Amino acid sequence: MSFLEVKNLEVSFNLRGKSLKALQNISFDLERGERLGIVGESGAGKSVAAFAILNLISRPGKITAGEVLLDGQDLSKLSPQEMRKIRGNKVSMIFQDPMMTLNPVFTIGTQMIECLKAHRKISKSNAVKIAIQKLKLVQIPSPEMRMNQYPHELSGGMKQRIIIAIALLMDPALIIADEPTTALDVTIQAEIMALLLDLCESNNVALILITHDLGVVSQVTQKTIVMYAGRIIEQGPTNEIINDAQHPYTQGLINALPQQTLPGEKLNQIRGSMPSLQDIPSGCSFNPRCDFVLDICTKQRPEFTQSGGCSVACHMVKAMKDAEKGHSAYE
Amino acid sequence: MSNNQQSVVTDKNNGVEESILQVRNLHKRFDISRGFLDSLQLKGGKISRKREYVHAINGVNLEVYKGEALCVVGESGCGKSTVARTIMGLLKPSEGEISFKGQRIDNLSNSQMLPFRRKMQMIFQNPYASLNPRKTITETLEEPVKFHNPRFSAAQVKDKVAEVMLSVGVDPNWGVRFPHEFSGGQRQRISIARALTVEPEFIVADEPISALDVSIQAQVLNLMMDTQQERNLTYLFITHDLAVVEHFGTRVAVMYLGTVCELAATKTLFSTPKHPYTQALMSAIPRLDAKNTAHIKLTGEVPTPINLPSGCVFHGRCPHANERCKIQIPALIVQNDGSQVACHAIEENRL
Repeated sequence: MSFLEVKNLEVSFNLRGKSLKALQNISFDLERGERLGIVGESGAGKSVAAFAILNLISRPGKITAGEVLLDGQDLSKLSPQEMRKIRGNKVSMIFQDPMMTLNPVFTIGTQMIECLKAHRKISKSNAVKIAIQKLKLVQIPSPEMRMNQYPHELSGGMKQRIIIAIALLMDPALIIADEPTTALDVTIQAEIMALLLDLCESNNVALILITHDLGVVSQVTQKTIVMYAGRIIEQGPTNEIINDAQHPYTQGLINALPQQTLPGEKLNQIRGSMPSLQDIPSGCSFNPRCDFVLDICTKQRPEFTQSGGCSVACHMVKAMKDAEKGHSAYE
Repeated sequence: MSNNQQSVVTDKNNGVEESILQVRNLHKRFDISRGFLDSLQLKGGKISRKREYVHAINGVNLEVYKGEALCVVGESGCGKSTVARTIMGLLKPSEGEISFKGQRIDNLSNSQMLPFRRKMQMIFQNPYASLNPRKTITETLEEPVKFHNPRFSAAQVKDKVAEVMLSVGVDPNWGVRFPHEFSGGQRQRISIARALTVEPEFIVADEPISALDVSIQAQVLNLMMDTQQERNLTYLFITHDLAVVEHFGTRVAVMYLGTVCELAATKTLFSTPKHPYTQALMSAIPRLDAKNTAHIKLTGEVPTPINLPSGCVFHGRCPHANERCKIQIPALIVQNDGSQVACHAIEENRL
């Protein structure tokens, strides 16, 4: 059994009596110390997936099917009290915007000690000691002084480091990072990603990294999931997906990066935009934007096809695989 | 300094470049002194008033040539947006001159500035904040046309707006909708359309694609490149994303703490980055070919622009800094390949 198993997870949002499915049929697993990237455009359901794992979906949203097994325990069935013991403890989350995550009216120290005290019986002096040790771990200069500072006194990169330190306080086994560097500059982004990677490797922490930057995913993760309109459309080892993407959407995402085209030439774009949940196209939800549409694409939802180490939900890939098989059968 | 500025070499072959915008020795300080009583200080038996400033821009020289896309890159807080806003006349410079096509514009009154506002337009970073949520798209787009062309008939205004909407790929029939009904990429198209309605020659784009997804970024960048060709536009493009710069820019100015530390043609900058800060920036771009762990790590953070470091503003984080760097401010010096670099180490051939 894997450390984290997500099985057929489905999340719906109620909108004026209608039920919109924001996530459907999400299944993947993760071992201890393994790093997984979830990519896709905004609206693909990446963040909803992260929130659903931590059972953080609030009304009008609801987990309507499936299970999230962490060490065999189904998180989606836990009561809020039980769930509170797991969040920040066994699993912690790093959010996108460091300016919004820290409480502006409390010092860094107060916020770190609060987290420690919520999860275990600990004296204040011990809590301070642990907090300072974690701040050192994320390479914050003069941590003793930072403990008494307020969030506004720190730069964006510094704040994100402190959030990582808070995430590490209880030595979690899994960290979920939702676009941790999107609000930061390139140089700071490189530093934070290197730090996160290093911490996960040295402490055998599993990481789920949510981002729309394929460059970041390729440098940090071992496995990748590509999402589109609430569904997984391709998943597999990161290097296979980056070097040999099968699904036209994944190919489109990779080709859209400026480094994939010669300077000055027109960038490759995916035409159109992500459909709204209220009118998801029938068949394959990507078909209106796809360059390789077959008749079947508008009628029937594609099943997963195995291709190398990846599984891909695409009729065209399946047709090609079938053709290969048929070919070898004749030989 | 100005001699260097004159001798800029560009990689275009068409000989003499026509300058459209000139920025000379631009300084911008923001007063952050407290109230009058708070700022009083007793010093050596005398009461004096202490003033504090944020030194956002410290002596920037730039020249933008017709038809090019000059990119300004740097980390947040380096003053790139302040440069953009000062050029547009949204902020008054503390020192220095800005001229548009040879005419000084930084000291004009609002009414004198009007004819220039037509020729210079701006696209902002966040399309969610830069469009008025209470106005329909048509209302938003018609306003600048009516304002700058008071003689236009209603039909002419309508035609103009429809034409611009078509050219940015937004269906004119959607004009009755409100901004919240559009996605981020579409909203940014509408922002671009708004800038284009008055037929400007020069557009300042302040991080126009930072708030968008990768695939939508490509759409908007392609649109900007197309309009540049169709309308013979000149861009000043502000961004922190070097991968985009490599694609889009004719020349690049790298800024650090309110000063330009390297200015070069895009190709030159990317093949041979010279300034240590530029090199660090380049190495931080996340690339798909995973094995580029040779990332140059800068120690420390960008210093505060309230108390500027003495000498070279970068010396605190520079691995090659020596005593001279702590004392003397380096000037932009033209290199053999035409790029300009402000670094003592390069001048002394230490790098």
